[in-house]
Amino acid sequence: MLVFVVFFVAPFAGLVVHAVQNREVWKLLSAHQAREALWLSLWTSTLTVTLTVLFGTPVAYLLARAHFPGKSVLDAFVDLPIVLPPTVAGVALLTAFGRRGLLGQPIDDWTGFTFGFSTVAVVMAQLLVSSPFYVRAAKSGFEAVDQQMERVAYTLGASRTRTFFRIVLPQSWPAMVAGIVLAWSRSMGELGATLIFAGNLEGRTQTMPLAIIESFEGSSLGLEGAIAESLLLLGVALTVLVLFRLVVRTDTGQT
Amino acid sequence: MVLAALMGLLAAAACSGSSNSKTPTPAQPTPRTGALTPDTATAVPLSGDITVFAAASLTDAFKEAGTAFRSANPGVAVTFSFAGSSALATQINQGAPADVFASADPAQMKIVADTGVTEAQRIFATNVPVVIVPATGSPVAAFADLAKPGVKLVLASAAVPIGNYARQIFTKASGTGGISADFSAKVLANLQSNETDVKAVLAKVQIGEGDAGVVYTTDAATATGKVKAIAIPDRYNVIAQYPIAVLKNSRHREVADAFEAFILSNAGQAILAKYGFGKPTG
Repeated sequence: MLVFVVFFVAPFAGLVVHAVQNREVWKLLSAHQAREALWLSLWTSTLTVTLTVLFGTPVAYLLARAHFPGKSVLDAFVDLPIVLPPTVAGVALLTAFGRRGLLGQPIDDWTGFTFGFSTVAVVMAQLLVSSPFYVRAAKSGFEAVDQQMERVAYTLGASRTRTFFRIVLPQSWPAMVAGIVLAWSRSMGELGATLIFAGNLEGRTQTMPLAIIESFEGSSLGLEGAIAESLLLLGVALTVLVLFRLVVRTDTGQT
Repeated sequence: MVLAALMGLLAAAACSGSSNSKTPTPAQPTPRTGALTPDTATAVPLSGDITVFAAASLTDAFKEAGTAFRSANPGVAVTFSFAGSSALATQINQGAPADVFASADPAQMKIVADTGVTEAQRIFATNVPVVIVPATGSPVAAFADLAKPGVKLVLASAAVPIGNYARQIFTKASGTGGISADFSAKVLANLQSNETDVKAVLAKVQIGEGDAGVVYTTDAATATGKVKAIAIPDRYNVIAQYPIAVLKNSRHREVADAFEAFILSNAGQAILAKYGFGKPTG
């Protein structure tokens, strides 16, 4: 068990120790490229999660409650990106929404808008790979809610919407929060699909993971820059984890 | 039952070797004279595995060279790792177990050589950068069109050799022979993405995402019909020099030396020429 613990702690310790021993890393923490990439990662991930919750919650509720022909197919499609390697997701997005893609070409002919090399593409790549995590978690949350209570609410005259917000949501909230954290983390870490579909340009499509790869492979800020950027991302991840724990603890404290 | 488990372990260990065609190592140390002869046939059979880190543009040529090298030396196995030369250089400097490094420019070889891990390097091939555009529908018809506003240009990252060569070419062209002094700035303003290696640039142009990209003529040749090549005028162009070096801590020096010798030999050079590489100059 000790080996397991050491294995998990060592990489983070390694990052911190290397940073402490190398002054250059501290300077690079505030480098322009690092700040641009971090900001892009943060706001695109947040937008992705917002869209995921908005559109994914009804889908999760449908999958949890309704029975209709083709439900298992929809279920499989929603789960698919979880098992799909991100690079495959990127290539798939290109064939669908690329300039000469299935939908991309008609959209380009109609509106002149192309998805490739745009920040929209970054959000689309993140959406594809991370929203299934939220939908799955939310679906589990909804399934765990006692349907009896819902039916009682209906018989007492409450509308579907009211029942959802007053009965279902409060009970499935922890599962949904877990799903939000998962989806957000997956978006922050997304690399393969973004690189292939959205490209890599500082300020527009270069998210933190892309910046780290570019620095590590010898361009931009170099190896020390890659370590500085990794530290930044690690710091953000730790903050989110701590916040998540606080939210969940206050929530269970209320019930 | 313990015996059966032991047998199983032994069998697994025997099967987990990376090559099935290894000949047993001879009792005496293998003389290195075999590695110095320019021909592929060596006096003493070589054996051992090597890993060759090579620039992405060498993918097809080196795979064929590897097959030819293996047929001439049945006791060896060659594993390739193809990527942008800058990525490979970083990996080697971080301790990746490479036996031979073939870079697409001397700058990335220098990054590795400066840490003292390489033997002497030799230029083994040259290549020529070229502009490529999708076969149909590109707004770019000539080199100067790269500066037209709205052109979607795809390049490799600045440290990747072809990305570096491209930027050098744009700088060279600015202010000469009828091209404006701000040509390079205008072209780079059209840049949409910095890819990790030359093959990714080729893919983005081939699929129509990019209006233009800069790759090597050897890469353009692998996609005839899907991309059109637009030659870069000689006076702006930069000839890519490809150095190769054996790494000092290679665990099978004789095989690494022999592979390098093979690439430099007539047979190896013929394979490279077949894929469009030029002869090393000087």
